[in-house]
Amino acid sequence: MPRPGFVLEVDRSTPSILFWRGENFSLEKLPAGRSRVIYPPEPLDAIKDIDGAIRHALLNPIDQDPLPALLFPGMKLTIAFDDVSLPLPKMERPDNRQRVIEAVLDLVAEAGVDDVHLIAALGLHRRMHEYELRHALGDRIYDAFHSRGMLYQHDAEDHDNLAVIGTTDHGEVLEINKRAAESDLVIYVNINSVSMDGGWKSITTGLASYRCLSFHHNPETLENTRSLMGHRHHSALHTSVWRLGKVLKDHGPKIFQIETTLNTDMFPKPFEFINKREWEWTAKDRATFLGTTKALNRTPIKLARKIFHGMEGPHQMTSVQAGETEAVHKLTLEHVYKQQLVEVQGQTDILTMGIPFVSPYNPDGVMNPVLVMCMGLGYLFNMYRNKPLVREGGVIIMTHPTYRDFNPVHHPSYIDFFEQVLTDTTSPAEMSRKWEKQYAEDEWYKHLYRTGNAYHGVHPFYAWYWGAHGLQHAGKVIIVGGDAPTVRRLGFTPASTMDDAFEIASDVVGRNATITHLHVPALLVADVQ
Amino acid sequence: MSRLVFSRKPAKFAMARIAGAIMPGAGAHVGPLALQSDESLPLPTPDWVRLRPRLSGICGSDLSLIDGSASAYFDPLVSYPFTPGHEVVANVLGADGKPGKRVVVVPVLSCVTRGVSPVCPACATGQINLCERVAFGHFEPGLQTGFCADTGGGWSNEMLAHPSQLVHVPDDLTDEAAVLIEPTACAVHAAARYTGEQTVIIGAGTLGLLTLASITATRDAQRKAPIIVTARYAEQKRLAKELGADIVCTTDELPRHVRSASKSLVFGEQLTCGAPHVIDCVGSSDSLQQALQVVAPGGEVQVVGMPSNVSLELTSLWHRETAIRGCYAYTHADFTTAIDVVRRHDLGRLVSATYSLKDYTDAIAHAAASGRRGAVKIAFDMRGN
Repeated sequence: MPRPGFVLEVDRSTPSILFWRGENFSLEKLPAGRSRVIYPPEPLDAIKDIDGAIRHALLNPIDQDPLPALLFPGMKLTIAFDDVSLPLPKMERPDNRQRVIEAVLDLVAEAGVDDVHLIAALGLHRRMHEYELRHALGDRIYDAFHSRGMLYQHDAEDHDNLAVIGTTDHGEVLEINKRAAESDLVIYVNINSVSMDGGWKSITTGLASYRCLSFHHNPETLENTRSLMGHRHHSALHTSVWRLGKVLKDHGPKIFQIETTLNTDMFPKPFEFINKREWEWTAKDRATFLGTTKALNRTPIKLARKIFHGMEGPHQMTSVQAGETEAVHKLTLEHVYKQQLVEVQGQTDILTMGIPFVSPYNPDGVMNPVLVMCMGLGYLFNMYRNKPLVREGGVIIMTHPTYRDFNPVHHPSYIDFFEQVLTDTTSPAEMSRKWEKQYAEDEWYKHLYRTGNAYHGVHPFYAWYWGAHGLQHAGKVIIVGGDAPTVRRLGFTPASTMDDAFEIASDVVGRNATITHLHVPALLVADVQ
Repeated sequence: MSRLVFSRKPAKFAMARIAGAIMPGAGAHVGPLALQSDESLPLPTPDWVRLRPRLSGICGSDLSLIDGSASAYFDPLVSYPFTPGHEVVANVLGADGKPGKRVVVVPVLSCVTRGVSPVCPACATGQINLCERVAFGHFEPGLQTGFCADTGGGWSNEMLAHPSQLVHVPDDLTDEAAVLIEPTACAVHAAARYTGEQTVIIGAGTLGLLTLASITATRDAQRKAPIIVTARYAEQKRLAKELGADIVCTTDELPRHVRSASKSLVFGEQLTCGAPHVIDCVGSSDSLQQALQVVAPGGEVQVVGMPSNVSLELTSLWHRETAIRGCYAYTHADFTTAIDVVRRHDLGRLVSATYSLKDYTDAIAHAAASGRRGAVKIAFDMRGN
């Protein structure tokens, strides 16, 4: 029986706590008597017969006819699927997307449907490399569809292949992939790593245009998104997305949503210690930790990245549900929360978090400084329900090397954003006003997004906006172990050690401030009471 | 008089070339430059005057001579032995040998200075920098004072000049400011081609900074697009920002900034658009190649830094109809403008260190490593002599 999440009150006997530091780790001693550590629940048991569960979901959908009843010869069918931004690290083969799509294609073949297109729902993310598509879908699907031009990636800048479905009562225009818009049925295959994803967000962002995304991916909406991972009505982003979803439901193609959830068994065997509670580490865990960190200290950064990005996590499936989007997503969220929710009493003065080597926007790439901000303030800060873990005006302390390093293939506009925009302003509203249009309309960035493997030119702005609420909420942000000039460019304060960081934080929150460490990843959502 | 003398000694020249290749500036230790005491030089004609240098700067062209890397092109334009030093602020010596008014020298040895009559077509239009007679006339060849056996040069406590070469230094300018008038005149000459379009200045040594200062001091009203400057060292970056650059970056970052500012696409390493005006203040193969990489089709690369033997891939020049144009020295009018530029930007602060003549090896080592050592202009100081 997996144990639920746990809040540890730190006392003098508490061992040092594991922090991620990019492509390495550190153990940090937290002050006794005023610190606590939030551990995620242990991984839930996986579905025993995954293929059976998938088939059952397809044949017994929620609030919708069984999939075979929606299929007919001569129909136009589009299967869209989540991109490589999740799960993290990548899933051991076979990936959930492969399992689900293979099951769908079996039924499609039985129904005699031959006009089937598979579209990677990238939004403005980078195009997946062939090896990533093969990993997500399996060689059989890739070989059968790609060579015939029936497996491709969404292009938010291909205006000939975008279609307007309608407009919400708030004036938001729903513009999505034309093939999907003109299909008799769109099947969306999702992996719900976190509660923010799935539901109407799948299609209205993954298959949307820049114009459509800009209605909610903006500073105002994200500053007013008071709970990205919690209740939808606390999120201006999700409120907007749900309005677009209503337009899609009323005026768009028929949708058959398939959502899957995962447990928190995220790391392969050699890195098991990451998921464990430190006082339960065995001698072997300690030896592994010491060996790993010492080896990583001597490993060139490029090789360390290769090692980390090469790891595959078990990510076992805990549920699969299909049918009408909202009904499916409601059930999905129950499963996500069952795995990730940890009840926490009250807010804290200082929130600490270790930033890992990867975020949703750098799979197989470099965690550049902009993504460090996004991961810390956009993702980890937002891993709460009800209210933020850190009180308003409190301090956020992250650990990460924050090197000034970028992947020029994946993140070309991030480099210019760091050099040009962040030297001018770190204010989401100001950068949106002064710079966003230039980046969004830059022909070279568009070219690299459309034909290479680059994130859209506007994407660094979105990554920064993702942290807009965190920026607004925190009184100070400190990065421990980061390259000092780079950290300052982000608008944050560098610190050499965790003790230095607590000292710096005391100027804002006093000497007896309470401290809470978010022991992620693995994933958890703090249900703050 | 004491003076540094550069003699024609092939063996020492070869040693300087080797030493300079290993460590820039090391040619001063082993090469044909030496401090010596001599009799005063005779005046070429009675109208010439004697000067007592106060400060005399060390220029990149001086360094390339000392390190044996100057082009053989100059051989017929130089006469040995000569005293280097063409960036000079000096006092005119009266008949009694007492120092008089303070002047800077326009070092170009053009037709008038050489007694050539009638003057060549270039000199007739005031373009003394294009003079056709720098190797002719009634004294030894020498394209400028500081490269001519008969005139002496600024690295001494006495030199000769023709009255047409003298520009009065206003009293409000310090010697440090005045010694920068000559290099600033070079920069003013380069800045004359500034059109206000996107402009790249490659290199933020003395010449790059002064070119930037000349543009922002005299032509800022024309600015319609960013001025981008490449700089290697922190102090150079700081000064470039202070002197008005919109973007200061390393050479590695340059294509990205030009691309962004010109909304260019890229094929291979080549920008499809680029900056219409690129001013190369370095003059190396790498800098010129990068200039061609970032210059716009139909645009112009202006070579302000003195090049030597370079190797270039010129296909893009042909394909994109770009031009490489030299930019040498100045006219008398450029000196007048340069005084304003020096005053407006308080450029005397760019003189980072001064040395006496006897410490010439240290001075040259400092000048050769000026960027790395956070310096801009190094000069000889003869005021104590």
